[in-house]
Amino acid sequence: MDMSPSTIRPKLTARGVNVFYDDAHALKQVDLDIRAHEVTALIGPSGCGKSTFLRCLNRMNDLIDICRVDGDIRLDGEDIYDPAVDLVYLRARIGMVFQKPNPFPKSIHDNVAYGPKIHGLARSRAEMDEIVASSLERAGLWEEVKDRLDAPATGLSGGQQQRLCIARAIAVRPEVILMDEPCSSLDPIATARIEALMDELKQNFTIVIVTHSMQQAARVSQRTAFFHLGDLVEVGDTDTVFTQPVDPRTESYISGRIG
Amino acid sequence: MNDRAEHIYKTFDEELRQLDNRLAEMGGLVEAQLAGAVEALRRGNTELAEQVVARDKEIDALDIEIDLFSVRLVALRQPVAADLRTIFAAIRISSDLERIGDMAKNIARRTHAVSRFPPLTTTASIASMARVVQTMIKQVLDAWTARDTEAAADIFARDAEVDQHYASLFRELLTYMMEDPRNIGPCTHLLFVAKNLERVGDHTTNIAEQIDYAVLGTRSAERETHDPTNTHIPAAEDR
Repeated sequence: MDMSPSTIRPKLTARGVNVFYDDAHALKQVDLDIRAHEVTALIGPSGCGKSTFLRCLNRMNDLIDICRVDGDIRLDGEDIYDPAVDLVYLRARIGMVFQKPNPFPKSIHDNVAYGPKIHGLARSRAEMDEIVASSLERAGLWEEVKDRLDAPATGLSGGQQQRLCIARAIAVRPEVILMDEPCSSLDPIATARIEALMDELKQNFTIVIVTHSMQQAARVSQRTAFFHLGDLVEVGDTDTVFTQPVDPRTESYISGRIG
Repeated sequence: MNDRAEHIYKTFDEELRQLDNRLAEMGGLVEAQLAGAVEALRRGNTELAEQVVARDKEIDALDIEIDLFSVRLVALRQPVAADLRTIFAAIRISSDLERIGDMAKNIARRTHAVSRFPPLTTTASIASMARVVQTMIKQVLDAWTARDTEAAADIFARDAEVDQHYASLFRELLTYMMEDPRNIGPCTHLLFVAKNLERVGDHTTNIAEQIDYAVLGTRSAERETHDPTNTHIPAAEDR
């Protein structure tokens, strides 16, 4: 098991992370490095703590009153739980795509423009149009929507809406994109498009994805971390985890055994 | 596989059992074929030899069946980890068994040619080499069924024994041929038989390696399968 700090400088480091929901110990003493420009997949059965861990990475758990997070999480060496950290700025650096596509009830253009506008990333209408176009292009949606940017986003198909959400996330030029089961409500074709997109996006971003589909983890990620009952059981190169897992719990889970 | 928890899809467990059963069936057939071939050769029983040649088709058919079944399992079950390794090992074991079947067929085919000559004492040496090889096959099949890597390791040592047998048979046959040129015909046939048995030993070793792979995920570096007689003859004459 490759738990040792890697020689590649990690984008995100988590050390001794514990999460409690009231008295429930949801995540136990997790140490994990997320490497830059790679896709890291977090897998494990429901309730294992993988989504909880993902939400620690951009402090989404702060929104849950009963949730308490202990430990140390750093983005490029900076403590993201430092009281001085500006949450809006943090979440611009670490964006998120959710399970269900959640476009704003606005036009396609305005969905993508929303983030850059509040962060003041465009100085002119032309600059904003450029950000919108390039974000849609990188999300692989431009060709399908370029003639109807003013149409409501809610009129797009599920797969298109999810790519719109990805365009919206990358429009604010984040460094990390967190994805919480981004394909669970999509058909296989739309899923394949999102997966191909992740592969391209990792050149510019660091991606962490929570997925229930082992095949998806195997297809898209370079590193896989397996969680079980709040423990990080095993983390390693994806091809090793899927051909020669070290821990019997990992073996049982990925090969569909009752363990 | 035997001591692991069951799959949530019970039918997948059933399919993996079927794969094992097919391999066991093929292994049993290969054992019988080799025994038959050696027996036919030793007794000059051409009728038995023909039976062996004819039955090789059954082994080939099982090889294809195991191949197709394995491809289907990979496509439909998307196996990972030990399951995936087991299926790939099964494909490779099946093709090694198929080759051993071919060796048995080749040995049987020489029965007719050898039986036309007066018996040589070498046939007894061949029979004892065959016994070692047959024991190896039985051991490796048992080791696969039990996924026993220790028993598999034992096979490697046995193969060295087979190589020694072959080297000494080679010298023995060479001596006969030098003594009397009329021995060249039967001795050449017997030399091919000895070579076939030596190859069977190598295929058996391959199978032993697959047990390691299926159980541990490790593949030992390709073992040297040099011709054990090479050390005894100058390279130029070997051509």
